[in-house]
Amino acid sequence: MSAPIQLRPDETFILNVGPQHPATHGVLRVKMEMDGEYIVKAETVLGYVHRMHEKMGENRTYAQYLPNLSRLDYLGALGYTHGHVLAIERAAGIEVPERAEYIRAITVELNRVASHLFWFGAFVMDLGGFSPLMYAIQDREHILDMLEAVTGARLTYCYYRFGGLYNDVDDDFIEAAKRFIPRMRKSLKKYAALVTGNIIFQKRLEGIAPVSAEMCRKYGATGPVARGSGINFDVRKNEPYSVYPEFDFDVPVYHECDSMARYKVRMDEMEQSLRIIEQGLEKLPSGPIMTEKKPKNIKLPVGDFYQAVETARGSFGIRIVSDGDKNAYRLKLRSPTYSNMHLFDEACEGMLIMDALAFMGSLDLVIPEMDR
Amino acid sequence: MGGYFSDIFNGSKSLLIGMGITFREFFKPTVTVQYPYQTLKMSARFRGHIELIADEEGNPKCVACGMCQRACPSGCISLDSVSVDIEVDGKVKKKKVLSKYDLDFTKCSLCGQCVENCNFGAIDFSKEYNLASTRKEDFHFNLLKRLEERNA
Ligand code: SF4
Ligand code: SF4
Repeated sequence: MSAPIQLRPDETFILNVGPQHPATHGVLRVKMEMDGEYIVKAETVLGYVHRMHEKMGENRTYAQYLPNLSRLDYLGALGYTHGHVLAIERAAGIEVPERAEYIRAITVELNRVASHLFWFGAFVMDLGGFSPLMYAIQDREHILDMLEAVTGARLTYCYYRFGGLYNDVDDDFIEAAKRFIPRMRKSLKKYAALVTGNIIFQKRLEGIAPVSAEMCRKYGATGPVARGSGINFDVRKNEPYSVYPEFDFDVPVYHECDSMARYKVRMDEMEQSLRIIEQGLEKLPSGPIMTEKKPKNIKLPVGDFYQAVETARGSFGIRIVSDGDKNAYRLKLRSPTYSNMHLFDEACEGMLIMDALAFMGSLDLVIPEMDR
Repeated sequence: MGGYFSDIFNGSKSLLIGMGITFREFFKPTVTVQYPYQTLKMSARFRGHIELIADEEGNPKCVACGMCQRACPSGCISLDSVSVDIEVDGKVKKKKVLSKYDLDFTKCSLCGQCVENCNFGAIDFSKEYNLASTRKEDFHFNLLKRLEERNA
């Protein structure tokens, strides 16, 4: 009879999470060196859905690049297209009518709520609760129906144009949005009772996966991840753009630095977005939705232009270097989840694997946006 | 020790609250549509693949100027025209007539640049969404033929 195999006490093994794994919500691979159930070292491997969006921006005209922006983050696409049109408009000196900017802000905020709702559902599902996903999708469906009625698409919108919008919103949209706000507020209460108050949920998130403000700064994390670590930074407040200065809203910040803090930031953000939508609908001016002289064949002046916007996942920046031609000389997209993901490797050292997967969910990853 | 029991009590309470919510949801009316037995009406601005628009006589409004083809980011549109002689007030004139209008829907991103750039209102989005096939060729549409079929 042979003796049982003796493991060395310091023996570790490699565990591959992904590239096809339900918890990564996309083609992301994390190579983990494990000591039992504890992570010794993690290494994120990106690039499985890299589609060269930056290069495409360099060999297409500015207008032809419009549909690309909504293919980065398919859950909150309008925020990204907003950044793009703002960058071009500022660089080319195009005036945008007020009504168009208001409609942009309203639709972006609706899209942010939709994105957070889907994240909420998927996050709770990662932790083992299935019903909240169904409820969240039902609420999100109302937003998608509204957005479909104005933009013609449900996910990959191509609605904003340089100098305005593709088409105006109608009374039906305004009515539907007004009906949606109280409905969503009721749902948020339901989610608070069903999920936030749930003992299992709390025990799995509270005090787990601390990300210090220091680490956020080191990796350039923004959005709800940074705000869950006590960094009060929101591009809408810190570098105001569009009509955001006209709205009265708060930036939720939590100082606990754990997964629960990141969860709470997003849940509070939905309420703030509803406030913005409410005010936007109230103040919505009448008038044109496109500048008088619709810009065609846009050429930017020679120079270097940058515009940052706050999307559902954090600060998205677009940098355009122009040599005066009708397409960009160099186009750079700074995507928020790319930076947010990078603190994962350092933060999950010594963590239990199930906590690490919950932590990954709390970062709100969208892989196509990370890889671009 | 007190914390231990209050934890159990509060924990059980939170679970019961959650169960109450899911139980109430159970009796709410179903909102799911049983596709394909039930379908929804597409909204007025729904973007399906593009379609040629006919004038009163049933001919395509398109004058084959090629603006849509140049505007398209993905190069989905390919069109061609022939020159035909027509008689106007006794004089013979040459006129461009559309002879081919093909759409490669596999590449289309439904951005709307073609519709926007057409100065003649000759194309618009259709409401077609029941598109499913295992063959790529089924998404190469001959829009001129589709227009004729609609006219017939
Ligand atoms: S909708 Fe856009 S991608 Fe599709 S054919 Fe028209 S221009 Fe091309
Ligand atoms: S832009 Fe309009 S008129 Fe010109 S080729 Fe295209 S569809 Fe025809």
